[in-house]
Amino acid sequence: MIAPPAGPSSVNARVPAGPLETKWERHKFDMKLVSPANKRKYTIIVVGTGLAGASAAATLSELGYRVIGITYHDSPRRAHSIAAQGGINAAKNYPNDGDSVFRLFYDTIKGGDFRAREANVHRLAEVSVNIIDQCVAQGVPFAREYGGLLANRSFGGAQVSRTFYARGQTGQQLLLGAYQALERQIGRGAVDMHPHTEMLDLLVVDGRARGIVARDLITGEVRSFVGDAVVLATGGYGNVFYLSTNARNSNATAIWRAHKRGAAFANPCFTQIHPTCIPVSGDYQSKLTLMSESLRNDGRVWVPARGGDSRTPGDIPEAERDYFLERKYPSFGNLAPRDIASRAAKQVCDEGRGVGPTGLGVYLDFRDAIQRLGADTIADRYGNLFEMYQRITDEDPYRVPMRIYPAVHYTMGGLWVDYNLMSTIPGLHVVGEANFSDHGANRLGASALMQGLADGYFILPYTIGDYLASSRLAKVDPAGPEVRAIEAEVAQRTQRLLEINGRRTVDAFHRQLGRIVWEKCGMARNDAGLREALAEIPQVRAEFWENVAVPGTGESLNQALEKAGRVADFLELAELMCLDALHRTESCGGHFREESQTADGEALRDDEHFAYAAAWQYAGEGKPPVLVKEPLAFETVHLSQRSYK
Amino acid sequence: MNFTLRVWRQAGPGSPGRFVEYPAPDISPDASFLEMLDVVNERLMVQGQEPIAFSHDCREGICGSCAMMIDGMAHGPVPGAATCQVHMRSFTTGSRVTIEPWRSVAFPVIKDLVTDRAALDRIIQAGGFITAPTGGARDANEILVAKDAADSAMDAAACIGCGACVAACPNGSASLFTAAKLTHLGLLPQGQPERSRRTLGMVAQMDREHFGHCTLFGECQEACPKQISIDTIARMNRDYLHAVVTARPERGGGGTG
Repeated sequence: MIAPPAGPSSVNARVPAGPLETKWERHKFDMKLVSPANKRKYTIIVVGTGLAGASAAATLSELGYRVIGITYHDSPRRAHSIAAQGGINAAKNYPNDGDSVFRLFYDTIKGGDFRAREANVHRLAEVSVNIIDQCVAQGVPFAREYGGLLANRSFGGAQVSRTFYARGQTGQQLLLGAYQALERQIGRGAVDMHPHTEMLDLLVVDGRARGIVARDLITGEVRSFVGDAVVLATGGYGNVFYLSTNARNSNATAIWRAHKRGAAFANPCFTQIHPTCIPVSGDYQSKLTLMSESLRNDGRVWVPARGGDSRTPGDIPEAERDYFLERKYPSFGNLAPRDIASRAAKQVCDEGRGVGPTGLGVYLDFRDAIQRLGADTIADRYGNLFEMYQRITDEDPYRVPMRIYPAVHYTMGGLWVDYNLMSTIPGLHVVGEANFSDHGANRLGASALMQGLADGYFILPYTIGDYLASSRLAKVDPAGPEVRAIEAEVAQRTQRLLEINGRRTVDAFHRQLGRIVWEKCGMARNDAGLREALAEIPQVRAEFWENVAVPGTGESLNQALEKAGRVADFLELAELMCLDALHRTESCGGHFREESQTADGEALRDDEHFAYAAAWQYAGEGKPPVLVKEPLAFETVHLSQRSYK
Repeated sequence: MNFTLRVWRQAGPGSPGRFVEYPAPDISPDASFLEMLDVVNERLMVQGQEPIAFSHDCREGICGSCAMMIDGMAHGPVPGAATCQVHMRSFTTGSRVTIEPWRSVAFPVIKDLVTDRAALDRIIQAGGFITAPTGGARDANEILVAKDAADSAMDAAACIGCGACVAACPNGSASLFTAAKLTHLGLLPQGQPERSRRTLGMVAQMDREHFGHCTLFGECQEACPKQISIDTIARMNRDYLHAVVTARPERGGGGTG
């Protein structure tokens, strides 16, 4: 392994000066431009084709850059953004209920428990309105009112209705919009798209990101793509937990390999547990299915008031039910933010009041809404979600309350980026869930789609131009020794996985890792548990490299081999997550340290010691990573104990 | 539950394929079809054998990756479900289940149950979009879309691009896939300027990819996991006829001066 470059001992977020409201506007003017005639001289490599990647690739190509697109899927349309259900936030204030850019900004900062960068979040709120315009122009079939105007609904952590939606398939429709824009560019020959291609390393030449090394998943060929800048839009690392709502192939390999080449990884312990998922039913289970947060608009969450109550839900009278979210958080009720709703569900289950065969579940009940609005209205709003639930559980949610339980859903942590969305490696830009940016310690519902598209359509296309215009980039020889050396490393690693010939499957290791991380770095964390995890993970990793079974060869489609490489990276990333969780002795957002809670069990922040983003620099094999802090300065919002009561 | 699987195994695009039988004992009725295959694959790998390759990802019926003929039916016996949404409780214990890849000349087999469906992307490239480069859009509420038009557009836009319509069609036609996109965009006011051009482009590409012609068997809508109606095909045919009759050669030079 080539030693990584020594990382910087501090990080500079490069937030523009001036009032919050005008920072982005002024920055857009201050940034250097690349003239139309020069844009075609630059090649930008975009890895990943979800909302952030597809929108970035399409937009950069429309601007005139040469774009190389990389995806391990057979088609860009299959990226996991496709599965997002509920909606996308925007500060349009169409319902006239008091929304504004500032309110969306404030809700997002507060929802993230004051651990995000103000300037980024404000910019996100500003461009949110452009996203809706852009998507409608592309033909995204958002829900409409009878008069033809756009419809809105409300989501967790907000008291206004600012969420735009396309039934329960908003992510699908937004991604198809971006995908179609991308396919248009591919058809014109303006984007060179490589499906079935997995990034396995980053090419850093003279301290700058100049390309990637990838493996063709069909032929096994390892090859490089060189260019002038690299954009990672490769999603989050929720699958480190084995069971999550992420698609099965979602992985951290691209960002992890970039981390090992020098990109700082920020706030890895900030992971989101979504409160409304279908509970785990058996060992064979391969993934968890989310039930959209939008269901909490009309569903009421409850458990029996006393433990061990085994009556069917319909037999439990009103007085013997505990609508615990409405009781604990009267002003937000069932629409409390995700971290809070998840923890509340865990608490009642820990008290022995959970429902269902495993006792790890709470009811999400539509009885009252059906009585009030009629089954037709409920079917109109949530029909496909109800159908999905019934198909999986064989129970009819129109008659029996749904059973739900929290599950890993999203990761707020990711590669550290500055205001221009550039990592600590010059030229390496990171967009969407793959970066750490805008959600702080907890993401609000319907904000992931907003951030992915904001980054790809409206932020990166400006900021990357500034990088290219202000950098002098010598030509990189794709056949040169630096490139060949990294290609050889990648090929060797693949070969090594094939030669272990062990007796345990990749999934067996992944399951074992997932159990450790879920139990010790999941919904609640404590010092002792994290230390145990930090002792156990290296043991699992060591056994993996001695005893994993990867049948087949590297010269053809080999799904076990693909998975082995990804799990090997999860086995390293998990350790950094636990280390980060251990060092952050405060609770904030999704990171709940049991040692740091208020008298009534809410997350207790420690702003004096932890008002920073923790950016970890890789220090080499077997060496502890180096912590670099980006202090978070709150100039506009007042830091307060978050309350949804 | 116990099953005997008869699975199509094929090492690569040029290699001959064959059916291989595998026992699948002790399967939970709550397991999905793909989870059943996971269990079988885990057992194969522990024995040092190569697992059965199949496409999959989201496992909740939206990404369109999974694609298998199960007992001769695209996505198996459950209506309105992708393979990943079929649970073993829909099968009879003790039965023999035959699993094959999509059948179509336009979808060559890559390995075992994995096929190459890039032809569908190329149909989209040929016009399955609204030209709206980033940045030029007007306020979203300035475009009024009647609720029934938006709802019908959404019905068609629900297509997940899995290719079941092609696999189920005796002619191997991609008409339902193409018509769904044409209907989605053609129902919206934003889609009108390019409507004829889009129809001509996508239909021509469908022919170039060696998909068969539609003779309205209707198998596609039965197999479609999103239950998209063949009414969309009637719409496509009408638009196509209109476009052919009114087609004018494209003119350049619109912006000179």
